[in-house]
Amino acid sequence: MTMQRVSSLSEFEEMKRLAMERRKLQKRYIATCCGTGCTSAGSRVVVSAFNEIFSKLGLEFEVKTTGCHGFCEQGPIVIVRPEGVFYRMVKPEDVKRIVTKTIMENKIVEELLYVDPLTGKKIVHEAEIPFYKNQGRILLSCNSDLNPTDILDYISIGGYSSLAKVLSGLTPEDVIREIKKSGLRGRGGAGFRTGEKWEIARKQKEELKFIICNADEGDPGAYMDRSVLEGNPHLVIEGMLIGAYAIGASMGYVYVRNEYPLAVKNLTEAIRQAHEYGFLGKNILGSDFNFVIKINRGGGAFVCGEETALMQSVEGRPGDPRPRPPYPAEKGLWEYPTVINNVETWANVPKIIEKGADWFASYGTDGSKGTKIFSLVGKVKNTGLVEVPMGMSIGDLVYKVGGGPKNGNEIKAVQIGGPSGGCIPSELFNLPIDFESLTEAGAMMGSGGLIVMDERTCMVDVARYFLKFLKEESCGKCTPCREGIERMHEILTNITEGKGEREDIQLLEELASVVKDSSLCGLGKTSANPVLTTLRYFRNEYEAHIKNKKCPALVCKELVSYYIDPDKCVGCLLCLKNCPSEAILGENKKIHVILQDKCTKCGTCLEVCPPKVSAVLKVSGEKIVTPEKPIPVQEWKKRNQLERR
Amino acid sequence: MEVSKLDEIIEKYRYDESGIVGILHEIQVRERYLPEDALKYVCEKLDIPKSQIYHIATFFKAFSLVPRGKHNITVCLGTACHVRGAQNIVDNFERDLKIKAGGTTKDRQFTLETVNCLGCCAIGPVVVVDDEYHGHVTPTSARELIKKYSEKEEKQ
Repeated sequence: MTMQRVSSLSEFEEMKRLAMERRKLQKRYIATCCGTGCTSAGSRVVVSAFNEIFSKLGLEFEVKTTGCHGFCEQGPIVIVRPEGVFYRMVKPEDVKRIVTKTIMENKIVEELLYVDPLTGKKIVHEAEIPFYKNQGRILLSCNSDLNPTDILDYISIGGYSSLAKVLSGLTPEDVIREIKKSGLRGRGGAGFRTGEKWEIARKQKEELKFIICNADEGDPGAYMDRSVLEGNPHLVIEGMLIGAYAIGASMGYVYVRNEYPLAVKNLTEAIRQAHEYGFLGKNILGSDFNFVIKINRGGGAFVCGEETALMQSVEGRPGDPRPRPPYPAEKGLWEYPTVINNVETWANVPKIIEKGADWFASYGTDGSKGTKIFSLVGKVKNTGLVEVPMGMSIGDLVYKVGGGPKNGNEIKAVQIGGPSGGCIPSELFNLPIDFESLTEAGAMMGSGGLIVMDERTCMVDVARYFLKFLKEESCGKCTPCREGIERMHEILTNITEGKGEREDIQLLEELASVVKDSSLCGLGKTSANPVLTTLRYFRNEYEAHIKNKKCPALVCKELVSYYIDPDKCVGCLLCLKNCPSEAILGENKKIHVILQDKCTKCGTCLEVCPPKVSAVLKVSGEKIVTPEKPIPVQEWKKRNQLERR
Repeated sequence: MEVSKLDEIIEKYRYDESGIVGILHEIQVRERYLPEDALKYVCEKLDIPKSQIYHIATFFKAFSLVPRGKHNITVCLGTACHVRGAQNIVDNFERDLKIKAGGTTKDRQFTLETVNCLGCCAIGPVVVVDDEYHGHVTPTSARELIKKYSEKEEKQ
């Protein structure tokens, strides 16, 4: 197929037909996940191994590198299509077996299959794996079968057809009406109604208007937007095009985090291709609609995810937020009307235009329509990206999709909504995931980071962690945020270090409410949420730290100690050799002793002590009786026996 | 930094003020920090005050005004990594390299940094050395990393 600019709707239809034909002709191929997760686990090496073996065998066989499949825990992931045979944790040395058995003989390589931890059964096909089966994937489903750097691949699955539909006869008002009817709400956190935002911008009289895609996904533990941009950049471009047409903008920006190099790379390539094929530029598909997109990279400042700060940064200034109103839809970039939506919101737009508002609204609850992508991470078995219909309960998400706890520990909470969100305890796991329910519980939807916490997670430490994060990211412009967060962090640090006092809890609550009510922008207004929710649901942990100087989860360094259990130590010297602080005394076959005043609590001894011995104890608020100096193992046993008599 | 190279970068962003962060990124990648001369030159060419570029250079975490080490060790402190013990990994690096996070070793071999999230939470705690990702890092494997990259240096 020759590459040429598409200059009319009929030419687009022809191109679509050819692209679909090309897809049909591809009988069998391998799809390998090359998202950041799998790449970190080594998927690029697996791809080269496949290519090498195919060229050696003289076989022409396509190895498609795709975006994130979502099941990051099991990466690198390899799928043989069209059957959908799912291989996980594939290493370069497994490649030969896949080729000789599956590709050549149509047999399954049993060892590489996913094993359902509940039933112990091996599962062959992607679609039957509980992790996937219990989701509702509208946006992410394309990722596992799409080469993000090939525009024709996107066109072959219906890509840019929504744009063509819009340009073939829908007025901007029609588009806005459809988006409004769908009930789509912003996926960036606050959940503002997208259609209404567009309508406000549409009504402004200015000639110049802008579109911005907010891809400054700063919430720690969240990577939904990155995976959509990496795996399906054209979907976001198409959404922006439709938005631009609806409000009458001719220029768009994507503001993306610098920490996401692959997303920047794939998006840059996608924009280049879209220009080449005539989906961006002048007279798009032969219409009088013009639109171009520029990429702006962030510089590692969390506050730039806030829309007014983001716009400052795009204009070439430091990202300081300003008060609203006026809202960006009235006065945004360089004072012109600007619609800012997040990556996931833009990605939903082409789907709504393609399948209709009613179809979209059939997913979700009354107030929250469609699906939501979450990054399900932390102490959960199936770490990865999940997309579920709004309204699913937190419990179902954590247990049915997430597979439950990781190491048999008990799950006690999820943290949702990033640093502005809150912790929801396991007692409330039947809560449906929608904008209102989460806000009522003290958390928020946020952009979709969902971190699972178990009994080995200290909630005071989690609150301190988020406040430290916010303290560093506060721009310092307004006093309540700058000073309030600093002081709350100070108090929390004291508590985790065992220096907490009885009045601290009340003081925290007072500070939190002031910061919440009087900060300038969203960062400060929501900064107290991690403190307030942990205080609300896990007050007992605060009290244990303050009253008993004890960290029940064994996390807070100042409150834990390491001991070597004299009943178990065999005197093997391993911990002694590895201790970086020379804090362990011992000799061969003598019970080792940790010098408490020298110990830096790095945990190396616990890590290196052989599992069958497991003599290293980590405790909080208790003291273990050990010999003062190393003594022979036998002698300790004798001494014990004597005492027992 | 050579003027011709700077011109090339500024040209790429079409002397546009809104490309300032991008320009600084490119200088940072090339030089591993933002040299004062280069910043002054960018101000002249873009016709913006020096205070503005200084504000931006110090506002964003990605930029450094002092030279960085040959190897960049970045420890992810995202929430998922944090609950799996990432802070302890930072403590270990700080102790072994004898620097604080954000600092560079005296011999300019290593710079230790933390980042808020790299988005590969499944393999946390994550440490990136130069551009190589290392997952499930423990105190012991952290020490191995320093050894590995120090040895690399000796071989060269």
